[in-house]
Amino acid sequence: MKYVDEFRDGATARTLAAAIAREAEEGRRYHLMEFCGGHTHAISRYGLTDLLPAGIEMVHGPGCPVCVLPIGRIDGAIGLARDREAILCTYADTMRVPASGGTSLMKAKAAGADVRMVYSCADALRIARENPGREVVFFAIGFETTTPPTALAIREAQREGLANFSVFCNHVLTPAAIAHILESPEVRELGIVRLDGFVGPAHVSTVIGSQPYEYFAEEYRKPVVIAGFEPLDVMQAILMLVRQVNEGRAEVENEFTRAVTREGNAKAKALVAEVFELRRSFEWRGLGEVPYSALTIRAEYAGFDAERRFGVRYVPVPDHKACECGAILRGVKKPADCRVFGTACTPENPLGSCMVSSEGACAAHYTYGRFRDAFAREAARA
Amino acid sequence: MCLALPARVVELTGPDTARIDLSGVRKEISIALVDGVAVGDYVIVHVGYALTRLDPAEAERTLALFASAGLAPQAGV
Repeated sequence: MKYVDEFRDGATARTLAAAIAREAEEGRRYHLMEFCGGHTHAISRYGLTDLLPAGIEMVHGPGCPVCVLPIGRIDGAIGLARDREAILCTYADTMRVPASGGTSLMKAKAAGADVRMVYSCADALRIARENPGREVVFFAIGFETTTPPTALAIREAQREGLANFSVFCNHVLTPAAIAHILESPEVRELGIVRLDGFVGPAHVSTVIGSQPYEYFAEEYRKPVVIAGFEPLDVMQAILMLVRQVNEGRAEVENEFTRAVTREGNAKAKALVAEVFELRRSFEWRGLGEVPYSALTIRAEYAGFDAERRFGVRYVPVPDHKACECGAILRGVKKPADCRVFGTACTPENPLGSCMVSSEGACAAHYTYGRFRDAFAREAARA
Repeated sequence: MCLALPARVVELTGPDTARIDLSGVRKEISIALVDGVAVGDYVIVHVGYALTRLDPAEAERTLALFASAGLAPQAGV
């Protein structure tokens, strides 16, 4: 595939790895957080950790929308399908996330609820047109990439007068999550999580641009390098971060110039601002309540807001006791630190959300990295 | 979740829709979020919507940047 294969070339990856090893200073440690699950997945899938010198530690961030969605929100979606008998349209990613009482959207569907997986919110609109006698709810999740399509769908529904269509909005915001991490006690007071820089979002940045990260570089003195999701993009971003750290710079640099500008997609941003407004607070799994970190549907489009239409009440639910997703999402723990990782919790039978999405830190490590730990342990014993 | 792929536009099918080709897989997507999409453009496709146009010149520059990492004075490590 053009613009994909060239960015996965193994020989070039080794060239970049050699440059990183050359430029990383002896004895210095570089703690770099990749915010996005897409980067976490690329790092695990292509074994980038094995290419990096020992001084570079990649810290997984909370940028996996499925992982940060708290149980109470999945419960809300199940309630719409099961108790309100709506057709609930959802991206496939949420289907297996464990909800309250050992259930999930998948299990609710098996028990008779009308839950339908869709590729796009445009498919949810089509289902609403085809079923005028039924309520059709789109379970909208995701960061700034999925938000503009949801905004378009809501506007389209209004234009068509599609009265049986509504959206259960759970869209969240990347900059709010980054700010929350930088302000967290683990980073600021306790020093448990050291962060020397960020690999910044790829596709989120195509929409919001590189400008929103300038605040983190200026106020928190943290370098940010926006990077594409291909392995060479990640390696190049790490090299650029190492250079910034070495030179004491804290700037926003853009490795993903083929798709990201400083301003982002103005048309998409205007559309989002027209349909959505900031939610005063939103609970994230792992981060807790984060002020102004999510979106809700504006009053002008209230008729399409499933929360208002069905009076959805949010009830917080604690995670499974043994699950370390919360600490993993904050960068405090690694997947292998969790007692149930790979034993009671596997991608086939996940206890926590980080094991569900392929971009979740646990699923990525389980699929591509768990034997590396086993070999390392054996080597240590020998 | 935020994964997206660059795909070539092969046909404009409506004011806000286009057909794309991804290694032989063809699909109709929405181009309502991006102005002025033309046949032959590469767009980044996410959940059935083009999020932005891919800039081929910038892609070449980035590939050249990767290559230059090996040309540093101390190369040969």
